Amino acid sequence: MDALTENFDAILSGFWLTLRLLVVSGVGALIIGTLFAALRMSPVPIMRWAAKTYVVVFRNTPLLVLIILTYYGLPEINIRFSFFTMVSMAMMIYTATFVSEALRSGVNAIPVGQAEAARSIGMPFGLTMTQVVLPQAFRAVVPPMASVFIALTKNTSLAAGFGIAEATFRLKGLLNDYATERITIFVGIAIGYIIIVEVISFGAARLERRWRVS
Amino acid sequence: MSVLFDTPGPKAVRRHRILGVITVLVLAAIAVAVVLKLAAEDQFTSDKWEPFVTPSIINILLEGLRNTVLAAVIAIAISIVAGLVFGVGKLSNHRAVRWPAWLVVEFFRAVPLLMLIYFIFSVWSENIGSLWSLIIGLALYNGSVLAEVFRAGINAVPKGQAEAAYSLGMRKTQVVTIVQLPQATRIMLPAIISQCIVALKDTSLGFTILAPGLTYAGREIWNTFHNKFATALVLMAIYIVLNCLLSLLASFAERRLSSSEGAATVEIVGGQVLTKA
Repeated sequence: MDALTENFDAILSGFWLTLRLLVVSGVGALIIGTLFAALRMSPVPIMRWAAKTYVVVFRNTPLLVLIILTYYGLPEINIRFSFFTMVSMAMMIYTATFVSEALRSGVNAIPVGQAEAARSIGMPFGLTMTQVVLPQAFRAVVPPMASVFIALTKNTSLAAGFGIAEATFRLKGLLNDYATERITIFVGIAIGYIIIVEVISFGAARLERRWRVS
Repeated sequence: MSVLFDTPGPKAVRRHRILGVITVLVLAAIAVAVVLKLAAEDQFTSDKWEPFVTPSIINILLEGLRNTVLAAVIAIAISIVAGLVFGVGKLSNHRAVRWPAWLVVEFFRAVPLLMLIYFIFSVWSENIGSLWSLIIGLALYNGSVLAEVFRAGINAVPKGQAEAAYSLGMRKTQVVTIVQLPQATRIMLPAIISQCIVALKDTSLGFTILAPGLTYAGREIWNTFHNKFATALVLMAIYIVLNCLLSLLASFAERRLSSSEGAATVEIVGGQVLTKA
């Protein structure tokens, strides 16, 4: 246990960075993903096509290769940010594709009859959206969206390979320093990740219950 | 027809056309800006791109690709077996089987794959080398995800099937292997193929422990030619083509195997399994 207790502060600061990566790239991914989901479902064919290309390209690229592109590639063309920004940029772009797909499948899950019924009783587009379609879509989107953020939590570990001292980076250092306590270290840091994952799924379950149709 | 908008009338058609033109202009402007920026940074010179048409360099990439595909195939093969064992284990009637299976599956699903790979690498790399550290990490992670898929797939088979089998006097083992699994396979196959895509993408993590593979081959190239940007784009292109082929296979399987309208589907999002009835 020494490895964990002696380095508790370092591990904690590692998880703090993990959480920052998660929040920054998560919020960014939500914004970009919502934008592309809107484009993906727009009545204008070229917008749908552009959004679909985005999703196909970045969803099928490994996150690690995307990080290589932003982390090593962008400085080569004289676009420079902090390491943290460049890594979270890749995570944003990558996760946004999953956010967009989750939103799309959520909206597609709503029967067309719902919107038709709303329009036929005279609701304009705005009311149809805010009163009928979106409330149902949010409900349908919660479980896949929670999965997207759980996946993002685990994906933030990739930053460890790029000099960002988050939790997995700490794990790597400790595994080298304390060769006899590797299993303790592994399980200890794993529990940290499991807590984050559980908080997300607990939050999702709460949301799902609150938005459930009684 | 979409839930979001009506079939457009003449006015809306005109508006959509204008929006379409604006979109094209915006996209073209972005493309031009990117091309100008890349040209200004000398990204279109032949010394950046020539390596990728040089046979010896193509061979390095192919060798890397071979290792990547090999790692993915072995990892998937192991994880399907492990997934089957643990997935059925989670459905066992015996607590002594069910609980350990649950613990293993939940643990390895919640832990970041890279962490798992670092751990295996630090403990066994002297014995098994970096490539096998990667493969074992992939197999453990994907095995636990597939265990959930198998469990969800078996549960998605209509209950009447198992009840009918029991009432014929079949034992649980027979019910699972003869009645439930064959039907569950149809439900699960698209999800299993899409997990293969995830595994193929995750082989790139071998880069961090210097396991031979496509991304590592890319590193060798950019260390020699100092063309990180170009190399990253080429790697992206290779992965995209590979994964699109697998996606085509998945949607083909889905079309061929989807038994009937309204049958349950199993979907994986980031290692979480979602069942749709």
